[in-house]
Amino acid sequence: MYNEEVIKEFQNLQNVGFLENNNAYSKIGNAACGDIMEMTMYINPETEIIEQVAFRTFGCAAAQATSSRATTLVKGKTAKEALELSNKAVVDSLGGLPAQKLHCSVLAEEAIKACIENYYERKNGTEKKEETKYV
Amino acid sequence: MKVYLDHSATTYVDKDVLEGMLPYFTDVFGNGSSQHFYGREALKAIDEARDKVAKALNCKSTEIYFTSGGSESDNMAIKGYALAHKDKGNHIITSKIEHPAVLESCRKLEKMGFEVTYLDVDNEGFVDPKAVEAAITDKTILITIMLANNEIGTIEPIKEIAQIAKAHHIAIHTDAVQAIGNIPVDVQDLGVDMLALSGHKFYGPKGIGVLYKKNGVKIERFLDGGEQERNLRASTLNTPGIVGIGYAIEKAVKDLDKNAKHMAEVRDYFVKKVQDSLEYIMYNGPKDSSKRLPGNSDFSFVGIEGEGILFHLDLAGIAVSSGSACSSGSLDPSHVLLAIGVPMAIAHGSIRFSFGKMNTKEEVDYTVDVLVKTVNQLRSMSPIYDELIGEYKKCIMKK
Repeated sequence: MYNEEVIKEFQNLQNVGFLENNNAYSKIGNAACGDIMEMTMYINPETEIIEQVAFRTFGCAAAQATSSRATTLVKGKTAKEALELSNKAVVDSLGGLPAQKLHCSVLAEEAIKACIENYYERKNGTEKKEETKYV
Repeated sequence: MKVYLDHSATTYVDKDVLEGMLPYFTDVFGNGSSQHFYGREALKAIDEARDKVAKALNCKSTEIYFTSGGSESDNMAIKGYALAHKDKGNHIITSKIEHPAVLESCRKLEKMGFEVTYLDVDNEGFVDPKAVEAAITDKTILITIMLANNEIGTIEPIKEIAQIAKAHHIAIHTDAVQAIGNIPVDVQDLGVDMLALSGHKFYGPKGIGVLYKKNGVKIERFLDGGEQERNLRASTLNTPGIVGIGYAIEKAVKDLDKNAKHMAEVRDYFVKKVQDSLEYIMYNGPKDSSKRLPGNSDFSFVGIEGEGILFHLDLAGIAVSSGSACSSGSLDPSHVLLAIGVPMAIAHGSIRFSFGKMNTKEEVDYTVDVLVKTVNQLRSMSPIYDELIGEYKKCIMKK
């Protein structure tokens, strides 16, 4: 069902982990639905370039591959450019996903967007603290 | 190394079973309903296979109906019985952990005006016979409970439930697809009116199944057309498949004790090894091996998602199946695991390892090595591992 590119990405996940020195953080999804993505970034406050990015995912092979690929696509880009990243771009870069897995790529796009929003919120002092429920 | 641990999904066809089938594709190709020599020769083989199946199940040959598989047999029994008895009542009793062939047949009947009670099970998957009795109303016409569960291996107390059904003059059907070749299946001893089985679960071919229907039990015709299978199921008889299921069931019954003992031994070795190697896991299904299919094991690995595990094992040459939703496109994990009280987020991290008669301890050693590495790797990249451990502890305390 998965193409070779997806399997290759799944076997060689990029940017796995958690950045302690992050200035942008997001965690989205729903464990009950089987998908949670967490993203951390260090965005240079001067240039707004995403210098470091890391992710951790609870999810299927497609969720892992798309979150990994999304991180490589935004690394080195500016926060503004990264906001433009669409789930389609992630899927295309992996050479396509099975139809029932497309929602996983939406999650990757949302995790990137939420992470950058968190960067702006923290920068502007408007960050909301929310407790998420997982089960 | 290639390791097949998905025998509940399907098995290969035994070589001697295949050899028995081969002439019926070519030399003996006649239509079993034809009156000429070619047809008579095919019919002779079909009759012999029917006798073999009847002998294996301890019933009469006239009580055996060949179908295309387990799902069709379940559909034929449940819908066929309900439609033939709708004047007597419209209530059916089943359980929440049945195979989709049973559950969806019941849902279809609900749309047609029938009422269905889906019984709860306990945390090991057992249906309580008392709950069956309590659910009976004066409208109840049919009880359908599986003989053994396909995911967690629970062997249901069908004999007891059948006695209750009999006392209330209600028919009972059982889905025995997972049972043949793993536990004894004797329709007289069980006391059931109908029973479904499928060839490819016990080293026979795919595309062939059996419905046992006790003589005198009326069901509506399932496939309209010709008069095959005593006018209950049209369609040209699948001679090679029928011959194959005959040989396969004969062998499954003959080797039952030997195979069951071997599977249980390898399975128990695997289960202990997994439990010794990993923490925060749930062994789903009966703890008492005598109430569980000998080849079945099912684990939830807290903090990670099943499909990720499945693909890592797959890439290492190990074939298993996952209880997570992700492979099916739905967002809900296995209805069986939810029914036994596994929290949803933990149910997503479930894998079934189902053993067959040829699996070895060496295969188990290799599998556990890969599994432990995979689980640890996926846990290290799980953002909710710690939270789910809390959930796991709550769940264990409840039990």
